[in-house]
Amino acid sequence: MTETALRDFKKFTRESLPRVEVLAQGHRACQGCGEILALRMALKAMGKNIIVASATGCMEIVTSSYPQTAWEVPWIHVAFENAAAVASGIESGRKALMRKGRLRKQRITVVAMAGDGGTADIGIQALSGALERGHDFVYICLDNEAYMNTGIQRSSATPYGAMTTTSPPGKLSIGQRTWKKNVPAIAAAHTIPYVATASPAYYLDLMNKAKKAAMIKGPAYLHLFSPCPTGWRLAPERTVEISRLAVQTNVFPLYEVVDGRYIITKKIKRPKPVEEYLKLQGRFRHLDNKTIRQIQVRVDKEYDLLVQKAGLTETQEESKHN
Amino acid sequence: MPKKVGIEVSLAVSEAVCAADVDVIPAYPVTPQTHIVEHLSELVADGELDAEFMPVESEHSAMSACIGAAAVGARTFTATSAPGLALMHEIVFIAPSLRTPIVMVIANRALSGPISIWNDHSDIMAQRDCGWIQTFAENGQEVFDLIIHAFRVAEDPEVLLPMIVNMDGFTLSHVIEPIELLSASEVSQYLKPFEPQLVLDPKNPVTMGPVGVPELYTEARQQAESVLNGSKKVIVRAWKEFAKLYGRSYKPIETYRTEGAEVVLMTMGSVTETAMTAVDRMREKGIEVGLMRFRLWRPFPHEEFRRAVRGIKALAVVDRAISFGAQGGPVCSKVKSALYGAPYQPQVFGFISGLGGRDITVEMFKQMVKKAIRYAKKGEGPVYELIGVRER
Repeated sequence: MTETALRDFKKFTRESLPRVEVLAQGHRACQGCGEILALRMALKAMGKNIIVASATGCMEIVTSSYPQTAWEVPWIHVAFENAAAVASGIESGRKALMRKGRLRKQRITVVAMAGDGGTADIGIQALSGALERGHDFVYICLDNEAYMNTGIQRSSATPYGAMTTTSPPGKLSIGQRTWKKNVPAIAAAHTIPYVATASPAYYLDLMNKAKKAAMIKGPAYLHLFSPCPTGWRLAPERTVEISRLAVQTNVFPLYEVVDGRYIITKKIKRPKPVEEYLKLQGRFRHLDNKTIRQIQVRVDKEYDLLVQKAGLTETQEESKHN
Repeated sequence: MPKKVGIEVSLAVSEAVCAADVDVIPAYPVTPQTHIVEHLSELVADGELDAEFMPVESEHSAMSACIGAAAVGARTFTATSAPGLALMHEIVFIAPSLRTPIVMVIANRALSGPISIWNDHSDIMAQRDCGWIQTFAENGQEVFDLIIHAFRVAEDPEVLLPMIVNMDGFTLSHVIEPIELLSASEVSQYLKPFEPQLVLDPKNPVTMGPVGVPELYTEARQQAESVLNGSKKVIVRAWKEFAKLYGRSYKPIETYRTEGAEVVLMTMGSVTETAMTAVDRMREKGIEVGLMRFRLWRPFPHEEFRRAVRGIKALAVVDRAISFGAQGGPVCSKVKSALYGAPYQPQVFGFISGLGGRDITVEMFKQMVKKAIRYAKKGEGPVYELIGVRER
C-alpha cells in the first residue's frame, strides 16, 4: 500500500532542492540550533500545503512570540503533551467537512511536532493513540535529548552518561543512568506505514524522508536528530559536524521502516569510535574510559539488532542469488 | 409539533447531538457518561449521523482533538464525567482562549477520593473558573433543549466560546423520561451551519495559540472575561428564540412559589424536582417557602439574581460539593459575594448535601428550610452545615 502511495515519489537532488521556505527568518532560536535546522529542512520538503500542530517547547517559543510569527503556514499550539491529539482532531475535522461538502476536497498534510520530552515522555500516550487510530498525519519528533526549553533537564531520550541539570554527575552518579528510549521502535510497533530517522547532516536523506512521510496515507513518524549546542555544551559551529559523527559512530543510525520492513539508509562501513562523538560535547566531559567502553558496547549491540532487523529481508534476497 | 417519547436521558443527549448535525465527536468512555458515547457510536455506525467519531485514548486527548477539529471549522461535541473532566483540566482552560465553540455535556459525578461513580457537583465546581459558559439542566427535556441552545450560543460570532451543559449523573443520565425530540430539520430552523471566523487553512495561514508574554497576557485574559460576561445577552436572546420556535421557555434563574416567601431554597440540577415537592408540602401546611434555581451558572447572572431575591427574608443555599477549607460550598460562596453591596440583602444560610450519590430527600429539604427559618429569626446561623450525615 505504501509503495503504491510512493509510486510518484521523486527524490530531491542537490540540483532540485525546493526554494520554498515555510519558516520565516528572524525567529529566536539559539546560534547553531540543530533543531530549527532539522525542522526547516523537513518543512521545505513538505511545502506550504500543510497544517502544523506544535507541542510546547523550544520550537514553539522561538517561532510564535505574539505579535510576531515565523510561520508561513497555518499553525496551532495548544499544550505540551497533546500535539498528536490536536493533529488528529484537525485531520478528522477536515475529513468530516470534506465528506459533508462544506470544505473543498483537497489533500493537506497535517503535521504534529514535538521535542523528545513532548514525544518520549509526556506526549507518548497521545502519540500512541493517534498512531493506533490511523490518522493521516506526519509526526515529527525533534530530538535534542533533554528538556532544553526549561533549562536542560533529562528526559527518557537523554543518552546514558549525559550531564543534565537533573542528571548531574556526582560522587554517586555518572550522570544520566538510563539508556535512551527507542521511540522509533515504539512507533514502528504500531505497524504504521512509515517510520524514519534522519539527521540534518544528511540533508537530502532528511528531506526525502520528510517528503515520503507527507505523501504516504496514514500515520508517518519522523525522528530527527537535533543537536542543541546550549544543552550539549557544544560549540555552535559544530552542529552539523556532530550530527554527522552521530551517524558515523552508529550512535544515531539512519533508517526507514516501510510497512514494517527495516531499511538502513546510510550504511557505515567502518564506524568511528563513539569516543570521537562524545569528546566534542561538554555534557560527556566527566565520563571515564570504563563508561565510554560501556557506551561503545551498547551502541554496537543496538546497531547489530538494527542490522538484524534490516537484514532479515536483505539476507533472504541475497541467499536467492547464492 | 413532535411527539413525546419515553427515552433514557443519555440517549436523548445523543439524539440532540445528532439533530445538531455535529461533525466531530472525540470521546472517551467514563461512568456515568458511557450511554451517551455508546449511542453516538451507534448513530455514526448506522449512518444516521455523518460525523467522525474519534475513540481517543483519554479525555485529555478528547479535549485536545476537540480543539483541533473546531480550529478547522468543524462542529464539535464531547461528553465526560468527574475523573475525565479532571484529566482534561489543563486543556479545558485553553479552549475558550482559542475561541473554539465546543459543546460538552458533563454527566456530573463526584471526584475521587474515595472513588465514587455517583452524582454530585464536585467535578464541575473544580472547573468553575475555566472560562466556559455553563448551564445546569433539571430534567431530560431541558438537557435536550440546552444542548441545542448551547451550539447556537457557542457558535454565535459575538460569543465563540465553548459551552458545558451539566446534567446529574445517574439521576438524570440513566432515567427514562418523556422527552420531545426535535428532528434535524426542526433544529435547522434554529441552528444554522457553523460559520467560523478563523480557521487553519493553508490558503490563509494564521498562527493560533502563540506565546502570551507578560506585556500581552493580561489583555488576552481580559478579553476572555469580557466576552464571557457579554455572552449573557446572546444566551438569553437564544432562549427567547427557542421559546418562539418550540414553545419551551428558559431563563437564567427559575423561581417557584417565591411570592411572599419567608425562606427560599436555592438549588441546581435535578434535585430541584424533589425540592419542589418539599415546597408544595410545606406550603400546604402554611409554611411560606419558595424555590429558586440557577440554570445559568457561568457567566453568573448577577442582575437577575439580585432582582429575584428582592423581598425574600432568607436563602437556604444547597451545595452539592464542598469547597475544602473555605467553610462552605461554592454556590453559597458565590451567592454571598453576589449580594455584597446589593441594595437588598436577604440572610444566607449554606447547606451541603447529596455528596457522592446520597439522595437529598423531601424530608432533608424540609429540615433545611426549618433550620433556615429558625436561624433567620435569631439573626444568625452556622457558617455552613452538612445535611444528611450518618451518625454512625
